[in-house]
Amino acid sequence: MNFRKQFTEGLLTRNPVTVQLLGMCSTLAITTRLFNGLGMGLAVTVILICSNVMISALRRVIPSQIRIAAYIVIIAGFVTIVDLLLQAYLPELSESLGVFIPLIVVNCIILGRAEAFASKNGVLASAVDGLCQGIGYTAALTITCVIRELLGAGTFGGGLLNHGEGIRILPEGLAAMQFVMPVGGFLTLGFVIAGSQWLMKHRNSRKEGKQA
Amino acid sequence: MNGYVQSLLGILLSAVLTENFILVKFYGICPFMGVSKKIDTALGMGMAVTFVMALASAACWAVNVLLVRLGLEYMQTVAFILVIASIVQVVEMFLKKSVPALYKALGIFLPLITTNCAVLGVALVNVQKGYDFLRSVVNGAAGGLGFLLAIVLFASLRERVDRSDCPECFKGFPITLIAAGLLALAFMGFSGLKIF
Repeated sequence: MNFRKQFTEGLLTRNPVTVQLLGMCSTLAITTRLFNGLGMGLAVTVILICSNVMISALRRVIPSQIRIAAYIVIIAGFVTIVDLLLQAYLPELSESLGVFIPLIVVNCIILGRAEAFASKNGVLASAVDGLCQGIGYTAALTITCVIRELLGAGTFGGGLLNHGEGIRILPEGLAAMQFVMPVGGFLTLGFVIAGSQWLMKHRNSRKEGKQA
Repeated sequence: MNGYVQSLLGILLSAVLTENFILVKFYGICPFMGVSKKIDTALGMGMAVTFVMALASAACWAVNVLLVRLGLEYMQTVAFILVIASIVQVVEMFLKKSVPALYKALGIFLPLITTNCAVLGVALVNVQKGYDFLRSVVNGAAGGLGFLLAIVLFASLRERVDRSDCPECFKGFPITLIAAGLLALAFMGFSGLKIF
């Protein structure tokens, strides 16, 4: 089992957000505070693992002509389950993520992994793949959230720490509102992706240095 | 009656400008980034999305009435995505038969519309806001027009950005996102617009 390789792929070299550029809508829309990012990341990870396992288990049964439709129905089923669970047990998260929870259905990460991995690999490997890709997605979301929240509201851990207020790091007047607005989403994600490209280049050149 | 027309106009203007589906609400970022390399393909995609969004809003409104009557509201997401997938399929077959020129121009963009979150998004938002049939359709069509406007503007920006000189690690996607951010900044100016 090459768990380690799958893990690095999910987190860095094949990260769903920063490298494969999938699931941009939710990444840009909800990353305004830490709670949203972690919650969304967790929800997507759970759905990704479930749908990967299910699709992998059914991969010999589903006829290939209608596979996309079948995948979408399976994914939509799990999304509905998670949506209802969140509404029941975490109503605050459900409210702040709003329509973006049902929209996980059309999040290309999940359909992409179903088509690229789960439909060709065993159940256990697919579950691990779902977990690793989910962690990568959560990591990218969390980093974006932390940056946007710090610059936009001057706090850390909004919705989670300090009775949901978050811990104040920058004084009130210094924060630039634009960072929690749509503009900030585009700019921050641009910088995060640039950062990950730089990190990967750095890593590769160090590897080459070792070999030489 | 007058108030009703005004509310329709309000929905139209807010979906196109003040609450633009892409640049403010972030629905449909994938096609926005994926098919905005050239102005003419962006235009084709925008028109196809507008058409499908208006149609999907109408169909999902009807399906939702049915679901509510049967007490199956929790099946909303599953039902809507199936309706949208079939609409896209029907539109594709219809265009192929009767308007082959348009079908050729749109090419692979048609099937891709199923996974455009703007389409499912508008259907869900219509239900959340409790819009009636006409308001739903207007919201869908206007959302599509907003998409069209944003993607065409962005495609023309991008043709220049791609040829400009920028730091190595910003090449490709990051600089494109930053350009989109600046476009979103421009659209923020509309937020002061007062609608009825």
